[in-house]
Amino acid sequence: MLKRAQALFLGLLGPVIALAIAGNVSAESATRQLNMPQGVTEVSQAAYDIHMIMMWICTVIGIAVFGFMFYVMYAHRKSRGAVAANFHENHVVELIWTIVPALILIVMAIPATTALLKVYDTENADIDIKVTGYQWKWQYEYIGEGVKYMSELRTSQDEIYGRAPKGEHYLREVTEPLVIPTGKKVRFLITGNDVIHSWWVPDFGVKRDAVPGLFTAAWAKTDQPGTYVGECTELCGLGHAFMPVVVEVKEEAEYNEWLAGKKAEAAEYASTIGKEWTFDELMVRGEDVYNRSCAACHQADGNGIPGVFPALKDSPIALGAKEGHIAVLIDGVAGTSMQSFADQLSEVDIAAVVHYERNAWGNDVGDVTQPIDVLNYKQGQ
Amino acid sequence: MAHGPATLADGWGKYISRWVFTTNHKDIGTLYLWFSFAMFIMGGAFAMIIRAELFQPGMQLIKPEFFNQMTTMHGLVMVFGAIMPAFVGLANWLIPMMIGAPDMALPRMNNLSFWILPFAFAILTSTLFMEGGGPNFGWTFYAPLSTTYAPDTVNYFIFGVHIMGASSIMGSINIIATVMNMRAPGMTYMKMPLFVWTWVITAFLLVAVMPVLAGAVTMMLMDINFGTSFFDAAGGGDPVLFQHVFWFFGHPEVYIIILPAFGVVSQIIPTFSRKPLFGYSSMVYATAAIAFLSFVVWAHHMFTVGMPIAGELYFMYATMLIAVPTGVKVFNWITTMYRGSLTFETPMLFSIAFVILFTFGGFTGMMLSIAAADMQYHDTYFVVAHFHYVMVAGAVFSGTAAVYYWLPKWCGKMYDETMGKVQFWIAFIGFNIAFMPQHFLGLAGMPRRYADYGLQFADWNMVSSIGAFMYGGAQILFLFNVIRTIGWGKPTDDPKVWEGAEGLEWTVPTPAPYHTFATPPEVK
Repeated sequence: MLKRAQALFLGLLGPVIALAIAGNVSAESATRQLNMPQGVTEVSQAAYDIHMIMMWICTVIGIAVFGFMFYVMYAHRKSRGAVAANFHENHVVELIWTIVPALILIVMAIPATTALLKVYDTENADIDIKVTGYQWKWQYEYIGEGVKYMSELRTSQDEIYGRAPKGEHYLREVTEPLVIPTGKKVRFLITGNDVIHSWWVPDFGVKRDAVPGLFTAAWAKTDQPGTYVGECTELCGLGHAFMPVVVEVKEEAEYNEWLAGKKAEAAEYASTIGKEWTFDELMVRGEDVYNRSCAACHQADGNGIPGVFPALKDSPIALGAKEGHIAVLIDGVAGTSMQSFADQLSEVDIAAVVHYERNAWGNDVGDVTQPIDVLNYKQGQ
Repeated sequence: MAHGPATLADGWGKYISRWVFTTNHKDIGTLYLWFSFAMFIMGGAFAMIIRAELFQPGMQLIKPEFFNQMTTMHGLVMVFGAIMPAFVGLANWLIPMMIGAPDMALPRMNNLSFWILPFAFAILTSTLFMEGGGPNFGWTFYAPLSTTYAPDTVNYFIFGVHIMGASSIMGSINIIATVMNMRAPGMTYMKMPLFVWTWVITAFLLVAVMPVLAGAVTMMLMDINFGTSFFDAAGGGDPVLFQHVFWFFGHPEVYIIILPAFGVVSQIIPTFSRKPLFGYSSMVYATAAIAFLSFVVWAHHMFTVGMPIAGELYFMYATMLIAVPTGVKVFNWITTMYRGSLTFETPMLFSIAFVILFTFGGFTGMMLSIAAADMQYHDTYFVVAHFHYVMVAGAVFSGTAAVYYWLPKWCGKMYDETMGKVQFWIAFIGFNIAFMPQHFLGLAGMPRRYADYGLQFADWNMVSSIGAFMYGGAQILFLFNVIRTIGWGKPTDDPKVWEGAEGLEWTVPTPAPYHTFATPPEVK
């Protein structure tokens, strides 16, 4: 029986191994990663080290225990004429195998504690960045710099639903990555806006839940410029898999240049908010904003999901007074998953999306919503 | 002896009434087992949908919204519908026969505790067909995703959980009452079979933590419908509080699932080693120690939530301690086999696989206990792989072993050994192909509950899906083998069935009569 079983086992395992090897040839090396990344920070290195220590300890114990077990299964089979002994306890042995594992654990606790102390060493940061999780995007705010922006998935719905070929960076690309400089201790202050998210960058060894009403802290300091991709790791609704984290680490000079550029952008935006937009300009921009920020729930055709997310097509709010419609976006709707977009979208974007919703899918209200209307509503509050 | 049970020969009305109104522990055990198998198939179907969608990157078959409902329902149905009722079914069948009692202590409550279960799951699964869809917030249903942001059908979910909880509490009270009051003369506590011991301890865990779960869902109900803010930060509540309450239930819950599995394996390994269980008393103490520790380690599920470092350290150390009593159990099983006279019938194969794969899951569990490393593992496929090694290769394998082991005693017919072994190998290989690569996926950075993933995870996901379909196929073979045995199996009337079997249940005739131990046996 065992022979037959072995043959069966190998026969079935063969194709799997072949598949794995075949994949190896065609795919790039990153797709073959089997182990935890060592990463580029002290914290990720500490996590990797303790992971490897644990894995080796488990491997050694495993080989010893299973090795003995397989010996027993081989040597003490009835088919080989084994006759059962009748012992059923041995206090010395039982005591040994209680105490020895306990001692191993005590030894393991020492590096485990040191590593954790490193994770928690968030004091004396050079740069503070507030990270806020939204359904389903991240907001980064450089505290004290006046720079704040959203970072959303850039992969198109067409790629996700198989209507277009998947790009090289499928689900690993965002509209605007987080940018940090090399050689500086960056502290992330992480919170959530709606539900709980979790901000994870494997190469930094940073994973912290983004809990509404609570700040958690983590830190990173690295000398290696590059792009590091992470994910949201706490189930946060239907867009959970579609809100990656992308961090770009730049040399300090480059970073400063980038930061100055962002500040100038913000100043420029403030000066153009009074501009008068045309009907068609707003429709184009509105559709873009809608597809990024609203379509996940209310659907691209404005029909919503019955019982969960209301339809916007023919909805009394979209067809009603402009102010009421703006109010829903600015204030959200209490007790539902309709959140406030006041901090997520600019006045121009809110105006554009309101305009779009009032004039798309046969909602032919025909009026024009200008950024100044949104600003007026905000200031009137 | 009183009347026998109604059979189909008495007409459908009588036959159905027998099952609906039964107070017989064997009938109720049978009901529990069939119900749990039905749920196992349903939860398995959900898993197949998940793995089919994850076969390739991109959304091919279902929408993310439905995917989340599938992961949630798969977890809930498997934990509360398949595994827990399966072990309650085994307890019903076996505990009275193992301790020499004529029936359970509270037979009418026994009937009630079973018959409310189908309603609980009817309510829960009906939400899939409602506007808004079923629960979509994961089986851990973290607030506020499960409160403010949940579909309206969450109220049905809450009601369903309440009913399941009531059923579990009643079942547990019944087991505790039976074991405390109805042991045969001479059956002292330290003579009870280990399956009985593990179940008593499990029952105490259930009685302690099911009310906590009920409290958690009731607070959700209040938050959703009555304007309270237990878990809403905007109203002065705390979403993290939910997690503390949930895991105070949830961690003992995973031991509720695994302890009876320990009991089953501790019955089967001695039988096929033809040697008494090694270290019986240390097994009992280890079980009790694991149960105690399960109450004081809950926040190791929350290492990334931002606890103060003192809390992290405490929960890390306490969690590491669990390895000690668990190790004792593994060493005892292996030493039981040592210098035995081993044969490898299907129940033994599943039990040995249990020891190996459960220990493997224990190793990854120990790795997960290290908080600094858990910052990387947390909520990735590494965790999914870990808990499927302990839940599937642990609880489900042992449940399968138990059915093969006691089925001849229950129905007086032998299952097909070859088919059993084939099923074992398909299940064993399929399981490992499904879940071993998930360790790699998790370490390489794939989070759990992802409806879609980047191209770098494509290969292992495909391998994992193939394994999952294989494992699913093995269950159809299992069902076929069981039905074939009951209908057309080779009859046997050997009370012992297995050469090395020990214990009171093997002293009654085969098949076990409708009423056993109407007169208590003497245990020397």
